[in-house]
Amino acid sequence: MSEHTVKSFDEELSHLSNTIARMGGLAEAQLGAALQALGNRDSDLAVRVVAADAQVDELEQEVQHFTVRLLALRQPVAADLRQIVAALKIASELERIADYAANVAKRALVLNQQAAVKPVGAVINLARLVQSILKDIMDAYVEQDVDKAIGVWNRDEEVDDLYTGLFRELITYMMEDPRTITACTHLMFMAKNIERIGDHATNIAETLHFLVVGTPLKGSRPKGPSVEAP
Amino acid sequence: MSHSPSLPAKVRARDINVHYGDKHALKHVDLDIHAHEVVALIGPSGCGKSTFLRCINRMNDQVDSARVTGLLTLDGDDIYDRAVDVVQLRARVGMVFQKPNPFPKSIFDNVAYGPRIHGMARDQAELDEIVMTSLERAGLLAEVRDRLDEPGTSLSGGQQQRLCIARAIAVSPELILMDEPCSALDPIATARVEELIDESRENFTIVIVTHSMQQAARVSQRTAFFHLGELVEVGDTEQIFTNPQHPLTQGYITGRFG
Amino acid sequence: MTDNSPTAAAAHRPSLDAAAHVRRRYAAERRFKAIGLGAIFLALGFLAILLWTIVSNGLSAFMQTYIRVDVRFDAESIAGEDYQGAIKSALYARFPAVESRGERRELAALLSSGADTALRRMLTADPSLVGTTKPVWLVASDDVDMAIKGHISRQPGASGNRLTDRQLGWLGELEAAGTVEKRFNTILLSSGDSREPELAGLWGAVVGSVFSLVITLIVSFPLGVATAVYLEEFAPKNRWTALIEVNINNLAAVPSVVFGLLGLAIFLNFLGMPRSAPLVGGLVLALICLPTIIIAGRAALKAVPPSIREAALGLGASRLQVVNDHVLPLAMPGIMTGTILGMAHALGETAPLLMIGMVAFIVDIPASPLDPSAVLPVQVYLWADSPERAFVERTSAAIMALLLFLGAMNLAAILLRKKFERRW
Repeated sequence: MSEHTVKSFDEELSHLSNTIARMGGLAEAQLGAALQALGNRDSDLAVRVVAADAQVDELEQEVQHFTVRLLALRQPVAADLRQIVAALKIASELERIADYAANVAKRALVLNQQAAVKPVGAVINLARLVQSILKDIMDAYVEQDVDKAIGVWNRDEEVDDLYTGLFRELITYMMEDPRTITACTHLMFMAKNIERIGDHATNIAETLHFLVVGTPLKGSRPKGPSVEAP
Repeated sequence: MSHSPSLPAKVRARDINVHYGDKHALKHVDLDIHAHEVVALIGPSGCGKSTFLRCINRMNDQVDSARVTGLLTLDGDDIYDRAVDVVQLRARVGMVFQKPNPFPKSIFDNVAYGPRIHGMARDQAELDEIVMTSLERAGLLAEVRDRLDEPGTSLSGGQQQRLCIARAIAVSPELILMDEPCSALDPIATARVEELIDESRENFTIVIVTHSMQQAARVSQRTAFFHLGELVEVGDTEQIFTNPQHPLTQGYITGRFG
Repeated sequence: MTDNSPTAAAAHRPSLDAAAHVRRRYAAERRFKAIGLGAIFLALGFLAILLWTIVSNGLSAFMQTYIRVDVRFDAESIAGEDYQGAIKSALYARFPAVESRGERRELAALLSSGADTALRRMLTADPSLVGTTKPVWLVASDDVDMAIKGHISRQPGASGNRLTDRQLGWLGELEAAGTVEKRFNTILLSSGDSREPELAGLWGAVVGSVFSLVITLIVSFPLGVATAVYLEEFAPKNRWTALIEVNINNLAAVPSVVFGLLGLAIFLNFLGMPRSAPLVGGLVLALICLPTIIIAGRAALKAVPPSIREAALGLGASRLQVVNDHVLPLAMPGIMTGTILGMAHALGETAPLLMIGMVAFIVDIPASPLDPSAVLPVQVYLWADSPERAFVERTSAAIMALLLFLGAMNLAAILLRKKFERRW
């Protein structure tokens, strides 16, 4: 699409996208670092991850402030309006994602006081899947690629499948060896957080679809079997 | 092209072409305007929106070099038919212009002129009634009630435009055409006129040409985008301004035109 | 322009060149104003000289010399309507020493040949005067009038004297006796033309002018306005209309004599209208006025903003209603200006009226536009052409009357226009 006649508007919109991209990068980095802290039992790293969450919160505030300003001063319509509203939503999602990553790091800190348990590997697998989904959706955002977004939206089922499997594995593990209950419970929560990150990434995919196409992504989100089902 | 099947089409334009001499100003325009709705015509300068507006009340007849082809019907009757009396047509289709143009007569005579020439009042009392009602509807009565004898030109710009609207309303038209009615007015006067348009919807159908997209967004139910003489896109205002289908429309309303 | 000053603000200081440039501009402006003022003063000067010449010559025409004589209204002369006889008897009675026929003729010549009409008027008003002797002020002859006013010499024995020495002597006696007086010259303003200067008046020409101008107005105003309206509002913009416009513009420049010839050929010869009548004069003048009114009318109509027309059309007014209700009232001041110009022009036209015969010597006051008549400018021409000395001052008086007439007409038109003027 061609540029706005008033160049400063273009610059402001670019600034907004860049900020979102930066937030996305930070969230990705947070998740990656949390995983590393978990896998390598690196408590220092975990502490740093928790501290770095403040940066993401700040960026979310900045995005909020900036979008309000754009709405007031530019009276945007059509694609511009959708872009700005999408940015607001995505910033919120990314902030939640970073929060979950920090939570994972916090639990990793606790977990590192304890002996290592085997299911950590499965959790990390789940996390790697979600990591790649997050990366994909941020790439899709930067490229404004709807197909990629739809792909991400569809992979939520995969995440749910993996999470359900991990849940069962952890229950089994806890039943076999009750000394691991504490560690496994932490792992349970961490898995839940990671699964939520996947959900938020899917939300971003829906928002991205609305931004580019102008209509909501139809159809119910594909869900794997529910954990609550017998 | 979207239409609401529940509302009957008041004006139907089919394949309207307008030539000014050699210049093809309006190309193959198809547009429906429904009763009791406000339709906004937007587009860059010279895109033909005013030309189209003037086809509806045959003001283009005044331009010698203008040639209008195609079918334009009002309530199903072709308004370009030879048998149509233009004077009667213009009593059914009123017009408000960009620059307020009250007659250099008293405020009363300004509003009374239309009813007088169309013989709408049997006596002075009826005429008074019509004038008062029109001024009331235009939101001007309170301000000029005690100075109806003063010349129309002694009012402020916003008041003059509302006087012109009262003048147009006085002949009880079915359709009111507005050609950038607020472009010469300050924001407060503009807001008053927009409020007037909102209120008038139950009595009239309104077609408004405007340069301000915000005004089109505020005031209309359907919006039509013209570009270089062609009707590019028409649809519900909400849809046009949140998710226009045509890239030209998108480019224009987001300010991406060079 | 070089400016080596380091600060940005100093860059705005005008250099020497710029200051000299500004001075030259102001000087040019002052020169222009001076020339303009000079031209105005020159024009005013010429106007003043013109007016002074006319007024100084013409003012004396408003006074006429009268000689008081005791007239016996004896029954015989009255019965035989021999008023001249009565006057002569009175004169002879006044100067009993005058005996010979020649001398008596000279004596009688002191009074105007038309002095008898005064007696007739007196008797008609009051028949009981018969048989009485009353002092009557009678109009003096033009030579006496000129002598009393000092325009011809009263030196006895000088060569080229209009009055003989004897007449001068009698005149001196009459003056000494207080029976010679200058009175306001009502004849000038109430009578028709005459060969005798002392009996000549402007009234016939004034009435003729009024009739002509009324006819001109009645014919040219509606026709001119309607034409202007048609050409401006209704005529299609094609070659024919352009041709008509060019021709109308050209007609405004045609010498007025040509219109006189047209009048002669068509109105007099073809249509057989009465010669020298204000009707024909008015028609010819209407033809002359028409282009001016049409051109001014069109300009006035063009000046009405199209937004008013559009507003009226948008309300459903027909073209005619738009013109009548909105455009014409607004254009009226301009149209009236054009009409004033045309009529003022028409008032002073002489050449075309000569062509249609309004140069004849008309004595009677015209009773209708069909009676033969003269008009004021023609009257001026006729009097200017006459040999009598007394006509010199009367010509200037006629010019003054013409100018007053013009002034009054303009005033009336300006008042009318003010009444029509609307605020926008």
